Amino acid sequence: MSARVTLSVDGRAVAVAAGASVAAAIEAAGVAVFRHSVTGTARAPLCGMGICQECRVTIDGEPHRLACQTACAEGMRVETAAAGGSRGVGR
Amino acid sequence: MSGSPSPDALVVGAGIVGAACAWELARAGVRVSVLEAGLPGGGATAAGMGHVVVLDDNEPEFRLAKLSHELWSALAPELPAGAEFTRPGTLWVAADGEELDAAARRAAAYDSRGVAAELLDARQLAEAEPELRDGLAGGLLVRDDAVVYPPCVVPWLLDGARRAGAQVDAGRRVAAIEGRAVRCADGGRREAAWVVLATGAWAPELVPGLPVRRRKGHLVVTDRYPGFVRHQLVELGYLKSAHGTGSESVAFNVQPRPSGQLLVGSSRQLGVDDDAIDHRLLSRMLRRALEYLPGLARRHALRAWTGFRAATPDGQPLIGPWPGHDGLLLATGHEGLGITTAFGTAWLVADMVLGRPSPLPREPYLPARLAGSAP
Repeated sequence: MSARVTLSVDGRAVAVAAGASVAAAIEAAGVAVFRHSVTGTARAPLCGMGICQECRVTIDGEPHRLACQTACAEGMRVETAAAGGSRGVGR
Repeated sequence: MSGSPSPDALVVGAGIVGAACAWELARAGVRVSVLEAGLPGGGATAAGMGHVVVLDDNEPEFRLAKLSHELWSALAPELPAGAEFTRPGTLWVAADGEELDAAARRAAAYDSRGVAAELLDARQLAEAEPELRDGLAGGLLVRDDAVVYPPCVVPWLLDGARRAGAQVDAGRRVAAIEGRAVRCADGGRREAAWVVLATGAWAPELVPGLPVRRRKGHLVVTDRYPGFVRHQLVELGYLKSAHGTGSESVAFNVQPRPSGQLLVGSSRQLGVDDDAIDHRLLSRMLRRALEYLPGLARRHALRAWTGFRAATPDGQPLIGPWPGHDGLLLATGHEGLGITTAFGTAWLVADMVLGRPSPLPREPYLPARLAGSAP
């Protein structure tokens, strides 16, 4: 069995296979809305390859990280729209 | 002019300066036609930061900037929402004791002339802007300096000019100025009592020999990080960069947009006509910014671009007649202050067209001072 890492998504612990993307962990946590656009519409990954910028979330306090291009790490804290990580508010 | 019919004017160029001139003239009863080769507000007006800053490096610069700041402030309630007029203030950052001494002198000078300014010590600076690196000496906060999104101001000014009877032709290139007339690239010819030339760094194309050079700048815009920076932050050494005569310089200059985005500058380059990004200079500019704001390294840049300031040999704009060209009024040469000083410039131009006295001495800006100097 492959190694697993545990991280938090909006405060909930999620265990995923080592090497999984943050986007996969967010999906696994059952979160559909990754962030909100400037005008307040819901956003989620579109391209899955780092181009569309729609999957941005706050990771370890840093806003606008690409969930689809970031590998999960043990103890990582991920915040999506539900946690107010949507518009990259401060730090 | 008394007894003659109201004058008419052709304004060539619809950047912020040309648009402000058209707006001021039309509202004063002048019949105005605006001729813009490209998109109104699409040149240096769109490339710059939109910092409305009361600079005080010398008396003429201060007077024009202060008058213009007052005019911007008076207009602010009427501006469209897209103009994003806000007053974050300018925080001039002192890196060492020598710069802080200079800041103290400037604070006193501002204060004595009715501009709200205060000196911050190192602790107050860190409280005001926690992302600035440790070890800075302090700062000078000029509270009422504003920021604006100029590309949205230009169409608003042109609409105002139209309502006052002006005609605006966008996409019509002027090929030549022929006395009190212009010849368009499409062959048309327009006559008027006055031709106002407001084509920024491109003015010498229509009036060969004008002492205006293109001074290229780079800017970067980031993603949205609300609260990362609260004031427009500028290193006190900026004036050395802005007023220096060297062929290349960079200075730390970061502006928080109301969206939370950051504009990161600045660079200055003479003798470069190519508008491509110069990656060597861009990284020099960004490294300078990181020396002040280390956390910027973890922020996403979305886009970088360039633009051309209209630089004059003595750093003052060219506002008024140009010897040997009857009927021509110049409104160019604003270097990095065109957004700030657009309305003061327009006021002076309107005074000249209408034969009115001006609220400040015109002499420092009159182009004749530079007649005969090499471009």
